[in-house]
Amino acid sequence: MDTMIKTPVADSAPRIARERPLKIKARNVDVYYGEKHAINDLSIDIPDSAVSAFIGPSGCGKSTFLRSINRMNDTIPSCRVTGNIEIDGRDIYDRTLDVVQLRARIGMVFQKPNPFPKSIYENVAYGPRIHGFARNKTDLEEIVVTSLKKAGLFEEVKDRLDHSGTSLSGGQQQRLCIARAIAVNPEVILMDEPCSALDPIATARIEELIDELRQNFCIVIVTHSMQQAARVSQLTAFFHLGNLVEVGDTDDIFTAPKDKRTQDYITGRFG
Amino acid sequence: MTDTAISAAPRRVSDNAALVAKRYRSERRFKLYGIAAIAVTAVFLVLLFADILVKGLPAFFEHRMMLPVSVSQEAIDPQNSKDPKIIRTGDFDGPIRESFRAMFPDVTSRGDRKKLLGLLSSGAADDFRAMVVNNPSLIGTDAKVPVLLSDDADQYLKGRQTGVAKIAGQGTITASADGEKFKLVTDKTPVLTAGDIVRLNGGAFRVVSADNGAYLAEQVTAPKSLDPANAGAWDIVRFTVTEHNRRIDDQEALWLEQLKEKGVAENGIAWRFFSSGDSREPELAGIRGALTGSILTLLVTLFLCLPIGVAAAIYLEEFAPKNRLTQLIEVNINNLAAVPSIVFGLLGLAMFLNFFGLPRSAPLVGGLVLALLVLPTIIIASRAALRAVPPSIKEAALGVGASHQQAIFHHVLPLAMPGIMTGTIIGMAHALGETAPLLMIGMVAFIVDIPGGFTDAATALPIQIYLWSDLPEIAFQSKTAGAIIVLLVFLFVMNAAAILLRKRFERRW
Repeated sequence: MDTMIKTPVADSAPRIARERPLKIKARNVDVYYGEKHAINDLSIDIPDSAVSAFIGPSGCGKSTFLRSINRMNDTIPSCRVTGNIEIDGRDIYDRTLDVVQLRARIGMVFQKPNPFPKSIYENVAYGPRIHGFARNKTDLEEIVVTSLKKAGLFEEVKDRLDHSGTSLSGGQQQRLCIARAIAVNPEVILMDEPCSALDPIATARIEELIDELRQNFCIVIVTHSMQQAARVSQLTAFFHLGNLVEVGDTDDIFTAPKDKRTQDYITGRFG
Repeated sequence: MTDTAISAAPRRVSDNAALVAKRYRSERRFKLYGIAAIAVTAVFLVLLFADILVKGLPAFFEHRMMLPVSVSQEAIDPQNSKDPKIIRTGDFDGPIRESFRAMFPDVTSRGDRKKLLGLLSSGAADDFRAMVVNNPSLIGTDAKVPVLLSDDADQYLKGRQTGVAKIAGQGTITASADGEKFKLVTDKTPVLTAGDIVRLNGGAFRVVSADNGAYLAEQVTAPKSLDPANAGAWDIVRFTVTEHNRRIDDQEALWLEQLKEKGVAENGIAWRFFSSGDSREPELAGIRGALTGSILTLLVTLFLCLPIGVAAAIYLEEFAPKNRLTQLIEVNINNLAAVPSIVFGLLGLAMFLNFFGLPRSAPLVGGLVLALLVLPTIIIASRAALRAVPPSIKEAALGVGASHQQAIFHHVLPLAMPGIMTGTIIGMAHALGETAPLLMIGMVAFIVDIPGGFTDAATALPIQIYLWSDLPEIAFQSKTAGAIIVLLVFLFVMNAAAILLRKRFERRW
């Protein structure tokens, strides 16, 4: 079985993957959009309590794979996923698994900040409310405040929780989205280029936040910025044309890439 | 064998004045076409509205006389029972006639008296009756009663029958009998023309032929005497429309002029236009029946269309698998929106009346038919509104673990609601103005009663307009335009609400 797996596991696995418990295990994953083969035979191990970054040129399949992890691709009718993705040893494409609960366990932050056009409070409270987390109003309030604090947004918005979430600045909106995601206490947070629509200062704040959140969550981030990947992640995976070319400790990938394509990409020769 | 393209000078954008001028000319021309098109449209629109307003505004007013009427105990409630049922059966016609006749003591002949009373509306006594029934303390007193004039008298006083000019007499005029006719002689330069009415000594003469200071005239009402009348004691009434071409003859017109001079006739707001149903008497006819019919019909339409339309839109947009069948349904919904409305009427006739046996002329059936008509509009508008909500909102909801249905009902639908409401209001406005399908299910009828329920016989506002426009009385022409104004006001209000809704809740992401 192991001979079929192209990515290294066990002894050859990255240090971080050996140090931390395994959270997400993908084996031989193929994703098709209709006729288009978007991801080709991908296998990867993603450790818990660490930030894993997916890098690669546009259209390489990194976002596609990210969206396969919480089955967001299910919403695209032509999309088909084969292979095996496990979270804590449980196959997420198992027919008996409830996709809605899965998505509650795997939070997602999108490229463009997408707060609900409701109040800041309602934005964060929505998830806990539909999942019945809070027994009463005080309970819910506590969850909202804690989440906003964890997302480093509370101090800025504590006086205007009833203001619309869309009235915040771009960076604040993105932190609100992160607060919304962690309000349901997920195990994994997927971030799809969370800083691409933000200015450098807002980006720095989000990166700090990601670094803090790493203690409690398994974070997977897709980014176009190699500096960002180098700054925030411990594990880096390089995608190219639907293939997972190389995966390793971030330090290794950026200092001593094994594959020529990785080297070309990180040195800016293409991409 | 050198390449000619290389040897030729490279092409650049040069300062080609002719080309630039041509482009400017073309742009100016296009702008001009646009302005011309808008101007033509605006002119027609203004003409249309001006015409409707000029014709229709008088329909909101009516002429009444405040007549002193003695409300006699004997004629109305001889036993002093104060029972509305008995009061209702009392004689209300007589006192009004009495009072009106008293204003014209000179009118004695039977024919003239009948003509005089013809100026009163047949509904005058009903108004008086209602007044006394509502206020029985009037019995035994002398009351000031507003007495409605007939439609022709009303139209005359509104100046819609003929223009009228009154000229004070200059110098002395003498009338003398000349066979059947009378000779009028003035000592001033000729002022009379044929058709003029000369009023002197309480009588009136119509000038038949004018011949320099000596005029031949026929008597309209007999004068008290044939004494010469000095300046100020006689006058000339000149109508712009000859007697044959109006529904009020000279004598009636003179009576009405007297009413005007006495200040008894007043022009008040015709609340009955809004409070009464249709009538054969134009001055009594109102739009309440039609308006109620329209409202009942639209209620049925709304309660059917909104849930079904929105549900269909949500299903097709968000849940239905994208396959041949849903594509076919989609195409057919679009086709349905283009089906002529009369076809829906025929469908309604065949299905709801003939097959299901629902009552004819009922707002229920009208609403069902209009629902069929409006449904495609609402589905299309709702789908567009749902599609306009950015997918990122739905993704955000799915991302925190909301189910597809929760994401749609908690987030997408509320955001699409303004768009859906806009579409619905425009659809309703469309239904309000729709006439043809209602003709087919029998809502075109002369219905006096105000419909009290969804299965009562009713008509609708546009149909009332259609019915009135067919009637010969000028007063009904005015009512037609008045009803059109009401319909347009409703449509404007609905469209304004739709625009406001869109502006108010418009979001930019």
